[in-house]
Amino acid sequence: MGCRLCEVHCLVQHSKTKNIIKAYKGEYPKPTPRIIVEEKGYVSFALQCRHCEDAPCLEACITGALYRDKKIGAVLLDEDKCVGCWMCIMVCPFGVISRNVEGKKIASKCDLCMGEEIPVCVKNCPNGAIVYEEKK
Amino acid sequence: MNPVRNQNNPVRKQDISNGVNYVIIGNSASGIASVEAIREYDRKGKITVISNEAQFNYSRPLISYLLGKKVPMERMPFQARDFYKDNKIDLILNKEATKLDLERKYVILADGGKIPFDKLLIATGGRPIVPEIKGMNLNGVFTFTNLDDAQRIERHIKANRVKRAVVLGGGLIGLKATEALIELKIKIAIVELADRILSATFDRKASRIIETALEKIDCRVIANNTIVEIKGRNNQVEEVILKDKKRIPAELVIIAIGVSPNVELAKNSSIKMNKGVLADNFMRTNILDVYAAGDCSEARDCLLGKNRPIAIWPAAKRQGKIAGFNMAGMKREYQGSFAMNSVELCGIPTISLGQTLSEGKDCRILEHFDKNKAIYKKIVLKKGMIIGIIFVNDIERAGIYAGLIKDKVDVSGFQENLLKEDFGFISLPKGYRKHLVTGEVSTL
Repeated sequence: MGCRLCEVHCLVQHSKTKNIIKAYKGEYPKPTPRIIVEEKGYVSFALQCRHCEDAPCLEACITGALYRDKKIGAVLLDEDKCVGCWMCIMVCPFGVISRNVEGKKIASKCDLCMGEEIPVCVKNCPNGAIVYEEKK
Repeated sequence: MNPVRNQNNPVRKQDISNGVNYVIIGNSASGIASVEAIREYDRKGKITVISNEAQFNYSRPLISYLLGKKVPMERMPFQARDFYKDNKIDLILNKEATKLDLERKYVILADGGKIPFDKLLIATGGRPIVPEIKGMNLNGVFTFTNLDDAQRIERHIKANRVKRAVVLGGGLIGLKATEALIELKIKIAIVELADRILSATFDRKASRIIETALEKIDCRVIANNTIVEIKGRNNQVEEVILKDKKRIPAELVIIAIGVSPNVELAKNSSIKMNKGVLADNFMRTNILDVYAAGDCSEARDCLLGKNRPIAIWPAAKRQGKIAGFNMAGMKREYQGSFAMNSVELCGIPTISLGQTLSEGKDCRILEHFDKNKAIYKKIVLKKGMIIGIIFVNDIERAGIYAGLIKDKVDVSGFQENLLKEDFGFISLPKGYRKHLVTGEVSTL
């Protein structure tokens, strides 16, 4: 339905304060949502990293900043290592990696809310439209 | 603990009684990707990686970041030190593989050492093209492709308090070098033979945006010109003389006119090659059990439909991975790559994909140019498909287009949306969206 609640929750989750007002108004670098809501006519959907099995971004990364988490298989970013070369943006066929240039230039992508039981976009989708499931 | 093997190994044919003896010449993107792939299927086989460099591992594309002091030395590796230990790799550093004995199956090192192999990967990378210019051997003239180069340049800058530099070549390497030198507050003149910088991938409009930005920070771009002589005093570079007789004083000259596949090793052997070592879709050369991958090879360009060197990191990784799988006996086919690059200069991000300069009768060009914001987007269409992209200063979601090129998607039904600001996943045909979401993503 295009409510964009997932975007709001995602941004807050990836803020330092985890407080919605501070996250939107007072933080520098400003946190970025890692989920993209696309709308066209009556169709809308939320899109985030698919954590591809054969992930093009992992191959394109020149620093080793992007890596596969050994436990749950997520594609994660080591922000300290990232130099903002944007090779990952160039190869992601979903277009779900974006530039975060507020502070040090780094890529910005979904991390499946590591540490949380389920990602906040899933937890807070009023429509149950975003699901989180393991695929073998 | 130390994975570095001792020198002067005598040949011990079949010194592994169980399992395959893999030897990889080259310790960069494709070499390491092959190791990862081999180890997915073969934990036991012996793997030897031979490198002619001293560093246990580092990312070549990062040398400009190192020189520009944006990345410290300890962040240069793209693999952890433990990677070699964990994968039981015998790493031979600082040794040049100079010859191959394909009949008896061993690699001969410069010091005479012999390394036997069952399966061999040639992943020797590229090397800089060095023009014949008078004065090339003066102190202060460098190429810029590996870590040694970056460190030598850094030392030279410090020792000679370099204030002015000339970069020969306005291609990718030249501009990456320029970017680093700008960070070091060195005044630069780029000398380019073509009529514009990045002429291999950028059209005039795209180049102009970057050139304007460079000029703003006092970096000169001298096009349609080249260096005919480098002059020095006391063996130190002092100035360069251009084709039009102009002289530019400089304490540092960087030669960056391009790279070519490093094929020395294969040259006097029966391995088939063109500019690079020819590799089929399984990354095999014409010799049984000998594979080639990365910048030294010529593998399939899926846009041009023929083999050619594509010297880019993602292609090298992919080719190395495919080579590794096949070396380990898991048949995997390479789908091909195409030219692509992401370069940020003067804070302007750019991405180019595929055949950006095609303009034949059968091509259609879509363009968006915003002079004020310095945004330029160009899409080259052929037979309903995208074959080339140039994005300057707005690269968001560029990968979606890369996917459309790679998967040869007919875009004629939605091409009017391709340059719209809200172009996204939702703009794609439903069938293709489904293919991406549910199916295996074809890797670029």
